[in-house]
Amino acid sequence: MKEELFVSGRHIPNIDPYLNIWHWQIPLYLFLGGLAAGILFFAALFTIMGKENEMPAAVKKAPVIAPIALILGLLALFLDLKHKLFFWQLYTTIRIESPMSWGAWVLMAITPMSMLWVASYMKELVQGWDWKYKWLNAFETFIIKYRIWMAWIIIVLSVILGIYTGILLSAFNARPLWNTSILGPLFLVSGMSTGAATILIMSKSKEERRTMSWIDLLLIVVELFFITHLFMGMKAGSQVQIDAASLFLGGQFTVSFWVFVVFLGLIFPAIMEVLERIGYHIPVVVPVVLILLGGLMFRFIMVEAGQLTRYLY
Amino acid sequence: MKTRRDFIKISAMGLGAAAIVAGTSRVGLGLPLFGSESKPGEKGSELRRISTYCEVCFWKCAGWAYVNSEGRITKVLGNEDDPQCNGRLCPRGTGGVGMVYDEDRLKKPLIRVTENGKQTYREASWDEALDYIAAKMKAISAKYGPESIALFNHGSPGHYFTHLLGAYGSSTVAAPSYAQCRGPREVGFETTFGSQIGSPEPTDIRDTRCMVLIGSHIGENMHNGQVQEMSDAIDKGAVIITVDPRLSTAASKSKYWLPIKPATDIALLLSWIHVLIYEEIYNKEYVAMHASGFDQLKEHVRNFTPEWAYGITTIEPDLIRKTAREMANAAPAVIVHPGRHVTWYGDDSQRSRAIALLNALLGSWGSRGGFFMKEGAGIPDHPHPEYPKPAWSWFETLNGKYPFAKMSVTNAFIDASIASPENTHQIHGWIIAGTNLPMAIPLKSQMEKALQELDLVVVVDTMPTEVTGYADVVLPECTYLERYDDLRDAPHRVPTVALRSPAIEPMYESKPAWWIAKQIGERLGLHAYFEFEDYKEVLDWQLNQLGSSLTEIEKTGVIEFPRKKGSPYLDNSQPHVFATASGKIELYSEALATAGFDAIPVYKPHPEPEEGFYRLIYGRAPMHTFSRTANNPNLTDLMKENSVWVNPRVANLWGLKNGEYTYLKNQDGIVSDFPIKVRITERIRWDSVYMVHGFGHNRKELSRAFGKGANDTELITNVMIDPLMGGTGMRGNFVTFVSNNDQTKKEVES
Amino acid sequence: MRYAMAIDTLKCVGCSDCVVACQMENDVPIGFCRDWVTETVDGSYPNVEIELRSERCNHCDNSPCVRCCPTGASHIEDGGIVLVTHNKCIGCGACIQACPYDARYSHPEGYVDKCTFCIHRVRKGENPACVAVCPTKCMYFGDLEDPNSEITNVLKNRKFKSLAPEAGTNPQIFYLI
Repeated sequence: MKEELFVSGRHIPNIDPYLNIWHWQIPLYLFLGGLAAGILFFAALFTIMGKENEMPAAVKKAPVIAPIALILGLLALFLDLKHKLFFWQLYTTIRIESPMSWGAWVLMAITPMSMLWVASYMKELVQGWDWKYKWLNAFETFIIKYRIWMAWIIIVLSVILGIYTGILLSAFNARPLWNTSILGPLFLVSGMSTGAATILIMSKSKEERRTMSWIDLLLIVVELFFITHLFMGMKAGSQVQIDAASLFLGGQFTVSFWVFVVFLGLIFPAIMEVLERIGYHIPVVVPVVLILLGGLMFRFIMVEAGQLTRYLY
Repeated sequence: MKTRRDFIKISAMGLGAAAIVAGTSRVGLGLPLFGSESKPGEKGSELRRISTYCEVCFWKCAGWAYVNSEGRITKVLGNEDDPQCNGRLCPRGTGGVGMVYDEDRLKKPLIRVTENGKQTYREASWDEALDYIAAKMKAISAKYGPESIALFNHGSPGHYFTHLLGAYGSSTVAAPSYAQCRGPREVGFETTFGSQIGSPEPTDIRDTRCMVLIGSHIGENMHNGQVQEMSDAIDKGAVIITVDPRLSTAASKSKYWLPIKPATDIALLLSWIHVLIYEEIYNKEYVAMHASGFDQLKEHVRNFTPEWAYGITTIEPDLIRKTAREMANAAPAVIVHPGRHVTWYGDDSQRSRAIALLNALLGSWGSRGGFFMKEGAGIPDHPHPEYPKPAWSWFETLNGKYPFAKMSVTNAFIDASIASPENTHQIHGWIIAGTNLPMAIPLKSQMEKALQELDLVVVVDTMPTEVTGYADVVLPECTYLERYDDLRDAPHRVPTVALRSPAIEPMYESKPAWWIAKQIGERLGLHAYFEFEDYKEVLDWQLNQLGSSLTEIEKTGVIEFPRKKGSPYLDNSQPHVFATASGKIELYSEALATAGFDAIPVYKPHPEPEEGFYRLIYGRAPMHTFSRTANNPNLTDLMKENSVWVNPRVANLWGLKNGEYTYLKNQDGIVSDFPIKVRITERIRWDSVYMVHGFGHNRKELSRAFGKGANDTELITNVMIDPLMGGTGMRGNFVTFVSNNDQTKKEVES
Repeated sequence: MRYAMAIDTLKCVGCSDCVVACQMENDVPIGFCRDWVTETVDGSYPNVEIELRSERCNHCDNSPCVRCCPTGASHIEDGGIVLVTHNKCIGCGACIQACPYDARYSHPEGYVDKCTFCIHRVRKGENPACVAVCPTKCMYFGDLEDPNSEITNVLKNRKFKSLAPEAGTNPQIFYLI
């Protein structure tokens, strides 16, 4: 019989017996960040493709959510900090090797940009909106003129935002569940999928809904493919990765993951969207809510399960 | 029926809450925005160091207490000039500071009163408490004689009360460390070599080539010098042989671990003696020069072959021979360790004698790598008038039993406190200093009976331990870091003297034991015996007699003196006069034979557990000392509770899971007060369970210790008394697992 | 200069003196620890072996905790010692996630803390508190780049291992086996 124990009474809160220092704040932020990334990506994409008018919800309406999501996400992150008064230290340096540092700066860049984006469409969103100050109106004209440039910047930043949430986790080689390069793309695609779902529900145009629905379906398929790839890679990895995968293949997260995230969060909405295609009428709120909840659950599960996986003890 | 002396729980209601010291918690509050970086290095520059020696166990390592500019002791480090510790304290010494700032400490004197029909304590001033004690002592003395006041002691405070009682006319003094601990080995070695082992043990471990441990668990028992020297021995490639039913830490570092069936050690020892003699590999020159009775020994062990021992001990005959040859090969640099806590089965003096005989055959006594002849500095007693001669002493309390006891037997004192026709010398008052009797001594029921009949019970302690619940008066002693004490004179290879001086003033209203004894003494008219105002005057006088002074020793903490009695090792070219009757090492003990005991040990089987029961074996952990450290915040951080070690096969049988809590019930139906955590481990034999002693406190005032783990002492109700010296053999108790206080856990059907 | 530690598992008795000495020296709050002792037991009675190890931050050469710190609070100083600058730390916990040895903890005052190899003592030429107190003298601390140091010698003469080398962090604590 093998036995391993601490002789010296070690019992550090949130670290023993299993690591659990990131609570709800982090997965909530990852979800909101991914959501904002997805929304902004499509907004920028369709602007670049010149399709602003065919995709009004994507380009004009949905981005309203983005700054709200980003600010709430930032708030959640701030609440998670244990040495809050020193948070500003994040902005005194850029550390290339730290995904968290990228994140801090990307957020610093994209949040005001998303606000500017929304601001530039304020007159179209709200009847009779007036900036009141001459210089603000001049500024608005300036932004509208250079919208394409903004779109390019935003599309790059949104991809970084979406993918870095995954890279943030995958860079921790001490947590075998996270330490896989597929996590970045997986989180990006998941973020884009939640963004697309949001646009879907906010859209009033049938054309737009069709397009977004196709895109969402495609993203779901890619996501499912990545998830399969994730587990195949784990099972073919070293012992610690096999142990990590077993949390989902028979372990404590099996039901919550496969039922709530994969089936209810991905497969079922995909089926509903296909059915909608074929001609059945499905209230759009159903698949959208399922996708959003699925995305949220996915991140909660990944953050909690990842902290359980380890090399030692 | 109303009891005279209820067990009182010192309630938290405001008692001693007066002085509140800045908390033991080290957590600071939030930092300002531009908070400073932690500067650990700066601590060193502001620290003053004060000489002390540790009191957490009997080893008394000398050390330095470091006090910062705010007057707080931040750490205690070992004194590098001290051969007891070589500058390295053990975890208890390192964590000893926790005792000082423990907010559960006793703070004010307490007196037992009856309020609203219930017995409780109320706070009192020192004057009131001391007057009360003196008045009672005078009353007892007038009616029954001063001898009827007894002292139970352990550690430094003992000396002052021994002196007080001696001055008053009583030598009725006992320490649990004799009958509950090392007594039998002192008899075993004294009847063989004429000398006791004493404290600290004179084992020359650092130069040994082979060390044999009979149940001794060095490394879990933290006898600092021995642990350090065992490490040196390992470095030098010494062979370690451990005989233990459990894979102790020492066993895990041994070349040979003999997983012996419990209670059969004497058979193994006898068969080793057989092998040494009949293979003629014993130390012939040594035995010829120094020993007598060889032929009787040889005849006695004729039939105790390894094959015979195999059937009893389950140790293979080959292994017995091999290990005997290892010992012989290393002789005389070999130690068959005498152990320390040896009160196991009631025949412990004889088992220790067998160990002594083995050492004699190997020639280790007085040899380098064996046992050295220790020497102390010989500190003169501060002058005082001669003690009055008591009408009777501890000897009379033995009632003619235990002819080989050279010290008092605690259980005899307890029995002597109960009125009965056989009790011709009754004890009527107890002073208890530095020992937690309910956890130190088995047979609690006997002790509780005694406590009901006594006229006075005084407890001097630093913490509100279990024993304080029985006192008439509780006196708060200050910790060792807050006082002067006797110079430490621990006999060793080289005599040394160490100074204990206060690092800080006593906290709350606690006082040093010397002051308490002096105050009581003066109230009893014994001023002549306490001719000093502050104990440091005594120390200075004593140091002057030794050619030094207080100011000098304050600088170095430890002073070394040259040996006066010659080399620590025997010169084997000439005979040495041992302190036995014959002047030789007595392989055959005439003294034992005359007293009607086995002149040479004989194996006798001991009762084994019934089905479903497992022998309760207990031991120590290196981060605790008995029950006294169970509330120390630094040490409970390392180990806050004990666990019961259960073999996986047994666990399977009972459906026990690792980490679950279970109650233990012993063969007499006594169930542990609290449940204990189960540790399923391959390190313990299937017929036994093991736990560390000193937990399971039932005093809520000990906020960190209360309810943690189980108390082994309460499960020790079967005590086998050693007829030679009264030692209480405690390993004849068997336990089973129960799920709560009453029902037996059903055996899981396999 | 490359500081490292070697610990002799054959001599360690698991007394945990290293833990409490560190606590005293470095004001580690009760309930937290910068170092700890682990026991592994293998086999079946009576063929059983145990290993006792005093563990702490390994001050890795390829430290993931320094890499992932967004503010640079986790950094490397003399001889490869990994430290945390308290007033740069924001308490994000990334380094705690990054450590395969669970060596870091969140100090109640908000910043992340861990073993510092007692750099304040090392700079004065002393050993870390744990090494200095160990009663079995089973711990060695020194400069691996010094051919005459005790640690270099002991690593030359003994078999040793480090923990979870497959995690790729290149730990600098070696257990003599």
